[in-house]
Amino acid sequence: MLALDWLPPHPGLPTAITAARALPTPAERLAEAIRLAGFQRDGLATTRIDRLAQESLAEAAPPEGWQRRRLALLGSSTLDTLIPAIRVAALARRLILDVNAAPYGQLRQAILDPDSPLAETKPDFVLLALDANAVLPALPLTASRAEVEAVIQAETDALVTLWREARQRFGAMVIQQTVLNTRLTLFGAAEASVPASPAALIDSFNRRLAEAATANNVLLVDLDGAAAQAGRAQWHDPVRWHQAKQVVAPGATALYGDLVARVVAACCGLSRKCLVLDLDNTLWGGVVGDDGIDGIVLGQGSAAGEAYLAFQRYVGALAERGIVLALCSKNDGDIVEQCFSRHPEMHLKRERIAAAAVNWTDKATNLRQLAATLDLGLESFVFVDDNPAERDIVRRELPMVAVPELPEDVALYPAILAAAGYFESVAFTAEDSARSRQYTENAQRKELLAAATDMEGFLRSLDMRLDAKPPANGDLSRITQLINKSNQFNLTTRRYTAEEVARAVNDPNVVVRGFRLTDKFGDNGLIAVIIARPHQQEAEVLAVDTWLMSCRVLGRGVEAACLKVLAQEAARRGAKALIGEYRPSPRNGMVRDHYKKLGFAPAGNGGESSYWRLDLDSFTEPDCPIRINAT
Amino acid sequence: MSDTATAHDHILAELQAICREVFESPDLTISESTTAEDVPHWDSLNHLNVVAAAEQRFAIRFRTSEIEGLKNVGDFVSLVAAKRKR
Repeated sequence: MLALDWLPPHPGLPTAITAARALPTPAERLAEAIRLAGFQRDGLATTRIDRLAQESLAEAAPPEGWQRRRLALLGSSTLDTLIPAIRVAALARRLILDVNAAPYGQLRQAILDPDSPLAETKPDFVLLALDANAVLPALPLTASRAEVEAVIQAETDALVTLWREARQRFGAMVIQQTVLNTRLTLFGAAEASVPASPAALIDSFNRRLAEAATANNVLLVDLDGAAAQAGRAQWHDPVRWHQAKQVVAPGATALYGDLVARVVAACCGLSRKCLVLDLDNTLWGGVVGDDGIDGIVLGQGSAAGEAYLAFQRYVGALAERGIVLALCSKNDGDIVEQCFSRHPEMHLKRERIAAAAVNWTDKATNLRQLAATLDLGLESFVFVDDNPAERDIVRRELPMVAVPELPEDVALYPAILAAAGYFESVAFTAEDSARSRQYTENAQRKELLAAATDMEGFLRSLDMRLDAKPPANGDLSRITQLINKSNQFNLTTRRYTAEEVARAVNDPNVVVRGFRLTDKFGDNGLIAVIIARPHQQEAEVLAVDTWLMSCRVLGRGVEAACLKVLAQEAARRGAKALIGEYRPSPRNGMVRDHYKKLGFAPAGNGGESSYWRLDLDSFTEPDCPIRINAT
Repeated sequence: MSDTATAHDHILAELQAICREVFESPDLTISESTTAEDVPHWDSLNHLNVVAAAEQRFAIRFRTSEIEGLKNVGDFVSLVAAKRKR
C-alpha cells in the first residue's frame, strides 16, 4: 500500500470511525470526519470517513468560512472507487468537494452532447482522467518518428477541443491528468529509441499533454509523474484492471485522491504559504545553546552534517519559489542570531527568514504570534519540528496548522515535505519568487515606521507609486490567486476561477483593476483587486462586487488611492454614484467600516450584506501620499 | 479442534471485522453459508472494497479468475486459507 507518509498515524482508526458514527449531532460527526481525514488512512478507512462526512453533510452545514466546490470526473475506466479518496483529501485541505463521475467511458459525450447531465450539475472543475487504453491508436512498431508525432498531435488537438468545450459549456476550470503509463516495455533499455513502442508512445504523449495544458490554462495532475516516484507497479494492478477496469490500484487510491484534491485546493487558494521551522536537530544537528556554534552538526565533513545541509538547501529552494520562511524554536535569541551570521556552513540566510519566534514560550503561542506578525492565517502554516512531543502539542492546540509526521533521519525530511504537497501551485510567476523577499522588506518598513513619529511624513518618505491598469493576460493568474486567497481585507469574499475573471475582464461593462504598489524598498507586486459592475436596479451606478487588498500594505493609504482610481474610471463611464457592499465573513471584520472611512453613506442592508453609497458629484478626491499611474 | 478449523475460524472472524467496517454495521454476523444477497449493500462496489481490504489485511493477492468463482463466505475463507498456507 502507498501510505500518506506525512500524515500522523492513528492508534485505532477503524474503532474511532465507528465511535464517530455514534456521536449525537451531524455537526459533531462532520467535525470528527474532518479531524480523522488528517490521519494516515488506507482505502477502507478513507471510504468510511467519506461515508461519515457525506451522511453528516446531508444534515449539517460545512464549517464556517469553508469553500464548497463541485468536481466532475470524466474518464474511460472505473472512477467511482476514486471519489471517496478525492473528497476525504479535500476535507483534509479545508475544502468541501462535491464529486460526481460521468457514466463509464462517456467522456466525450458528457462534454459534447447538448443534453449532457453534466450541464445541470454546473461543475466548477472538470477532471479528464484518461487511461492508456483510451488514447492513441495502435501504431506498427516500424512507424517513423514523424508518423508518431502526427498521431500525438492529432490526439492532443482533439483534447484541446474538448477542453475548450468543457470550459465554454460549463464555465468550468479544466483539469487534465497525465496518462498512467501502464504499458510494459518491449525492448527494455532501448524503449525510448523506438518511437512507436507502446510505452514510448505514452511517454511522448504525456510530454505533449503537459505542454498543451500549460498553453491552454488547463491544470495538470501529473499522475504518471507521481507514479514514477513510487514505482508504477504500486499504482497499477493488472488483475484489478481485468476484473473491474480499475486503473488505479486499491492501495494507491488514497494517494490518488490527494493528488487531485491538492490541485483543486491550490486553485481555490487553499495551498499553504508559510514554512515554520524548528532549529536544534531540525536545521542542524545538536543543541546550539549547549554545544555552541562550533559544536553543531552542519555541512560538509560528516554524513549527518550533509543531510542537514541538504534539508536547508531544499528549504532555501522553497523560499526561492515564494514560500515564506519563519523560525519557531525554544532557544536563546542571541546565540541563534550569531549562529546564522557566523556559522560558515549555514546555507539559509537570516534575511531570507521573514519572522522569528526564538524564545522559551510554548510553540502554539509563538505560532499564533508569528501569524499575527506576518498577517497570515494559521491555516497557511506548515510547522516542521523533529520533536514528536512538540508536533503533538501543536496538532492538538492548533489543528489548522499542518504538522508533517517526520522520520527520525533528517535525510528523509525533504522527500516528506515534497510528498505532502502542502505548497501545491497551479502556476509559477516571477512575483511568487519575490514574495518571500517582500515579507522581509515589510519587516524593514515596520522598523522605519517604529522610528518615525509623523505618520504622514513616514508615508511620503516611502515614495510610493500605485499602478492601476486594466489587467493584461499575464496578470490574470495572479489576480485570480489574490481573489481566492485574500480573507481579511476582502469586502465580499467572492471567489472566482480564472475563467470567471477572464470573462469579467473581457466584458466592456465591467471594471476590473489590479493594483501594483512600488516603494523605495521594492516592488510589492499586485496588492489589490477591484471589480465593479453596472448596478442591477439603478442606471448610471456602479456596484463594487469585489474589493480586496493584501494585508501587507495596510495602513499606507492605499485604499484611498484605489478609490481615487475607481471614482475617476466610474466618472469616465458616465456613472453618477458607486455602491459598495460589505458581506461579513468569519475573517473580514477588519473592513466592516471600510466604506464609512472612505466617505460612503449607509445605503441599507440586504441579506447579510450592508450597502454604502458614494455620489460622485459631491466626492472630493482625498489628498494621498501615493503617486497614481492609471489608464 | 484441528489446526485447519482454527485457521478458518480466525479468518472468518477477521473477514467479519472487515465486513462490519465495509457495510458500516457493527453487529453484522456472517457465517460460512452467508452470501452477498444476505447482506444489505453488498453490491459490486462494496465487493471491491471487501476484496481490497482482505488482500491488505491477510497480505495475499487474489488471481484474476479467483474472485468470480466465489459462491459464499465459506468459499472466500477457504480461498484465503489456501493462499496463506502457501
